[in-house]
This record gives sequence, structure tokens and C-alpha cells, in this order.
Amino acid sequence: MLKRALENLGNRTIQGVWRMGFATRFLLAVLMHSGTAFRRFGLTIREMYFTGVLSLIIILVSGLFVGMVLGLQGYETLQTYGSEEALGILVALSLVRELGPVVAALLFASRAGSAITAEIGLMKATEQLSAMEMMAVDPIARVVAPRFWAGVISMPLLAALFSAMGVLGGYLVGVQLIGVDEGSFWAQMQSAVDFEQDVLNGVIKSVVFGVAITAIALFEGYDAPPTAEGVSGATTRTVVTSSLAVLALDFVLTAFMFRGLN
Amino acid sequence: MNRTVLDLWVGLFVVAGIAALLFLALKVGSMNTVNASDSYEVVARFENIGGLKARAPVKSAGVVVGRVDSIQFDTQFYEAKVTMRIDKRYPFPKDTSAAILTSGLLGEQYIGLAAGGDSVMLKSGDTLKITQDAVVLENLIGQFLYGKAQEGSTQ
Repeated sequence: MLKRALENLGNRTIQGVWRMGFATRFLLAVLMHSGTAFRRFGLTIREMYFTGVLSLIIILVSGLFVGMVLGLQGYETLQTYGSEEALGILVALSLVRELGPVVAALLFASRAGSAITAEIGLMKATEQLSAMEMMAVDPIARVVAPRFWAGVISMPLLAALFSAMGVLGGYLVGVQLIGVDEGSFWAQMQSAVDFEQDVLNGVIKSVVFGVAITAIALFEGYDAPPTAEGVSGATTRTVVTSSLAVLALDFVLTAFMFRGLN
Repeated sequence: MNRTVLDLWVGLFVVAGIAALLFLALKVGSMNTVNASDSYEVVARFENIGGLKARAPVKSAGVVVGRVDSIQFDTQFYEAKVTMRIDKRYPFPKDTSAAILTSGLLGEQYIGLAAGGDSVMLKSGDTLKITQDAVVLENLIGQFLYGKAQEGSTQ
């Protein structure tokens, strides 16, 4: 009984390390074979349509609502200290620094990451990838790399759109609905938000999240057992792993970027 | 390779994303760092700077005229050496005084400049002679208590 458990544990550990090594080699192969993704940029643009453009609606709508909720909740709290004018700072800083990149990345992982895994997993299950290899077409260069770069390019754009919509939502609720002074809303926001330290760091975060999510999604799809069950399991793992990776990476990046600030 | 409707959508997406970034850069944030080229450097020494931080505003008559560049501890005089960059558009007389003030009751600390009457203007690298330290609450309370005690003993 105990021996079985120990054997199981060891087996799982070895499998985990094995997969980790394979994932690293896979990511390196994707980077090495990225030439086609840029030479035939049409391929990447096609994938940007599926990962970026089709994620727009969910990103824009959730950004607007997150901003509106921030406006309402922030006003409630700030009002007790008589500093409603700082609402602009609260909405803008929390969106640009944290919520924009992180929530957009979580939505991107569940909207686009799962689709990538399912697509590639199914391509593998129906032996389309093997067929490509038979025709001397490298599936990594033709199928995987364009999706990788499409995700990496789309993610910061989506995060920026999320933050912009959020600020707009906060403005709608704070200024138009509740009646915070419009001038001080924007002026205080502008004096507190710095381009390099806040906006640019948010963009760097979203690029890192984009790399992490698409790499995990592509690998899970490529590594999925070629059965219906295997593809469904891989899709679930993509969403869980990439969401956890985004949150963990966010902590590390925040510790690097905003330590020693203020 | 022909242009397709798909390209149009992706183009729109990229343009919208860049527009959002510009919105964040220009409307939400501001590039409020003073450039080295259109500003001059002035040094002021304080015995106590309180909670002053780098990038704090330098104001005169309530208008932001520059920013605090760096704060160092001077081991020669055991004082704080505050370097600030002031916009070239605002020349100040040589006998300008600097004080560390607080905006509001619990607000951030900034440097307030009060212009003097000298006809010679400040040059880059000059030091302000007259400075006023930040108010430290503990010292203020200590002085108050000391004054009260003295009052009691004279009666």
C-alpha cells in the first residue's frame, strides 16, 4: 500500500520533470521556427483574427463593467474620507497597473487559450499534423509559430483596450452618474499616473502574460493524447495552468517593478 | 496573396489597440518628467526633509515649476542635499528661498519656492542659501509641551 503510493509519487514527479523538459524544448523549437510566421505574415494575421479580434467583445465589455464597478466602490470608500476627487487616480492606477493586464490575460486564457489547445489537439488527433510532416511541411513552423506570435502581439493590445475601456467606465459612473468634478477627475489622474512607471510597466506585464498563455496553450494542445478525452483534459489544463501562471507571474513582476516606488 | 476582409478586421484591431495605448499615455497618464534639456538644476540643503521624495513637485505660488530630481545625504554637513530640476521658462532670482511644505492636512510634501529680490538669476548648479525644513509633528508637540511646562513654572 505504502510502496504503491511512493511508486506513484515518484512516477508523477518523473513525468512532471519530463513534460517540463519537453515544454522547454518545444518553446525553443517554436522560437527557432518563427521565420515563417514573419515571412508569411498572412498566417499570423489570420491567427490574430481568431485570438485577438474575436476576443475583443468580451474584453471591451468586461473592461467597461470592471471600470464602472471600480467607480462605484471607489466612490463609496473615498467619500468617507472626503476625497472623492481622487477617484480618477484610484480607477486609473488599479486598471493600468494590475487589473488591465491581469483580468485581460485571464479572459484571454479562457477565450483564446482554450481554443488554441482544442484546435491543435484536434489537429493532432485527426493526424493532420502527421500529414503535414509527410508532405515535408513543418507543423511547428506552419501551425504553431503563427499562433504563438499572434497571441504575443494581441495580448498587450487587448490589455490596453481593457484599461482604456475601464477608465471610460469609471468616468461614466464617477463623473456622469455620481457627479464627481470632471476637471479634478482627469487632472488628479494625470498628475498621479506616470507613463513610464505605470503605463509602460503594464504593457510589459501583458507581453509576458501573452507569452506565457500562448506557450502553455500551444504546448498542451501539442502534447494532448490524441483522443476526445485527451483533448478535453488538455483544454481544461490550459485554462487552469495559464491562469495560475498569470497570477504567479504578476506577483513576481509587481515585486520587481513597484518595489521601492513611493 | 490578396487582401481579405480578415486583414481589415485585424488592422482595425491593431489601430484600436494603439489608440487605447495613446489614450492611456496622453489622457490618463502624463509624461510629467522634466527633460534635462529644457530645465536647470538647483541644489538646496535641508536639516530635515520630512517625507519628501524624489519626483515630488517644486511649486512657486502654487504653480508646478519643476520636480525633485534626487535626494542625497551629505556626510560633510550631515544634511540632506536635494537636487531639483526647474523648467527653463521660469528663471528665479539668486536669493530665492526654498521651504518643504505639505499640500493639505495629510497630503504629499513638495518644495515651495519664494522668489527674492535679487537682480541676478539662478544658474544651473547653484545652491539656494535660504531654506526652511519640513515640519516634524513630534518636534512640534515637544515644543508645545516644553512651552506649556515653562508657562507653568513661571506662574
